[in-house]
Amino acid sequence: MRYLPHTEADIKVMFDAIGVKDFEELFRTVPEACRYDRVMELPESKTEWSLDQYMGEVRSMMTVTPAHSVLIGAGRYRHHIPATIPNVMGRSEFLTAYTPYQPEMAQGTLQGLFEYQTLTARLLGVDVANASMYDGATGLAEALLMGLRVEKKKTRIALSTAIHPHFRDVVATYFQPTDYEIVELPSLEDGRTDLSRLGAEEGLAAVALQSPNFFGVVEDIEAAAAAVHEVGALCVACFSEPLAFGLFKSPGSCGADIVCGEGQSLGIPVSFGGPGLGMFGCRETFVRNMPGRLVGETKDLDGKRGYVLTLSTREQHIRREKATSNICSNQGICTLTAAMYMASLGGTGLRKLARLNYDKSEYLKKGLQEAGARCCFSAPTFNEFVVEFKHDFSKTRKKLVEQGIVAGLDLARFYPGFENRYLFCVTETVPKEVLDSVISEVKK
Amino acid sequence: MKEINELNLPEDIHYSEDHEWAKVTGDTVLVGISDYAQDQLGDIVFVELPEVGDSFEAGDEFGTLESVKAVSELYIPIGGEVIAVNEELEDAPELVNQDPYSGWIIEIKPDDIGELEKLLDRDAYLEVLRGE
Repeated sequence: MRYLPHTEADIKVMFDAIGVKDFEELFRTVPEACRYDRVMELPESKTEWSLDQYMGEVRSMMTVTPAHSVLIGAGRYRHHIPATIPNVMGRSEFLTAYTPYQPEMAQGTLQGLFEYQTLTARLLGVDVANASMYDGATGLAEALLMGLRVEKKKTRIALSTAIHPHFRDVVATYFQPTDYEIVELPSLEDGRTDLSRLGAEEGLAAVALQSPNFFGVVEDIEAAAAAVHEVGALCVACFSEPLAFGLFKSPGSCGADIVCGEGQSLGIPVSFGGPGLGMFGCRETFVRNMPGRLVGETKDLDGKRGYVLTLSTREQHIRREKATSNICSNQGICTLTAAMYMASLGGTGLRKLARLNYDKSEYLKKGLQEAGARCCFSAPTFNEFVVEFKHDFSKTRKKLVEQGIVAGLDLARFYPGFENRYLFCVTETVPKEVLDSVISEVKK
Repeated sequence: MKEINELNLPEDIHYSEDHEWAKVTGDTVLVGISDYAQDQLGDIVFVELPEVGDSFEAGDEFGTLESVKAVSELYIPIGGEVIAVNEELEDAPELVNQDPYSGWIIEIKPDDIGELEKLLDRDAYLEVLRGE
């Protein structure tokens, strides 16, 4: 498929065909107050070589370059992307096909999505997984709306405050026009979510936790799911780092009813914070309430194996305002990328890579503690953790940036009372020498 | 699809304009969908049932029927409390296609049996169908 803009001549033909004079007349049905009535202030277009030069100038202005080692995760993780992934993904059949759901046209993509669903269901430990949502944050919001659809008579949901702040912001945006109430659950001394007051809450449709949570702490999903089921609610387990399930038990196998989160770690670059991949799965009993597309395997008239969208009747193009969700699309490119990544690594590869992340992260955690920092939470962590420094860390951090290392995220921005507490992330891509440099700088 | 004169529309039941039927059985009322409705929907693959004990007013949505083509809401023709649901439909939703009158969906204890008077008899329902 090629993407070409309309020429003036094309536009005139279309205007003539429908009998309008100009854009002013075309958009007349849009209320005046909603229209932008000024001239668009766009800069003059550039030649390709002057654009190259301009981008070079912008790049040189950036404090952090690709040459830096970045010890920050917080929802975006710098993992190695094997060269095979962009190579295979670069095939035009995968890369340029937009919403390719016609079974007679798109068996390759549909099979790719089906494989993604299978791999995702295994990784998350769920019965069924959909063909993806936009990202982890919208996936969580959709999971909570799904919980309210399943538990029809209830109007409240509970969210752990240890869920990524951006995820919670997106949930708040989704819920703002509704009458549903959001209850916040604080965290305990060890960094896990406090569920002790759950029994006092009434009418909860769903309770959501993140694991590993925003502090990197691995929640006890098994105990949490039991506590949540005790109050008759659904347990929603979300995540921002799916690689953790290479080492820790999957949320589905721990009893979570809906599992959702961000899949960027699986072969997708960090970029500027997007695009992401919303991974989403649940128990089979809830499949008719699940948002998003589902690809199923079937047989054609000749008895040959084929792939088609299934259970589409729940979706908005058929069911309009009664649809299970207004997402009728999926993250095709990121989804196929993640499928290729998971298939490339395999179960053993994922386990080894997860172990490497854990070990490197533990190395830095131990080193920082020996250098005088305090580990804030005692519960186990995966590849992220929070430490508190005795002295103002911002100066040390500045010095490290000059050495090409971006060390930790200041948590006071997100949590009041977290002054001088920093969230560190170590993936397989960070060399040991970098970790040693950080430790020795803190010791000074 | 069936022609209107091919439809099976029994005389002894009441019909709603939403294509549900209600049949008095002693103190209770059985509710299902008409032959016209099942024929329009096509192969029914899933029936979402309410819970026993749920109460509805006439015209309320009480469940959904999913066919291979669409999902349709079910509207209750007479207000009351659900005292039974046809659990056979959970595993065999096609029973509604095979015989929409023995394939009842819910049984209710009506709040006001007089509400049945507001529903249509066979001839009035046929008039509605001819208008569609």
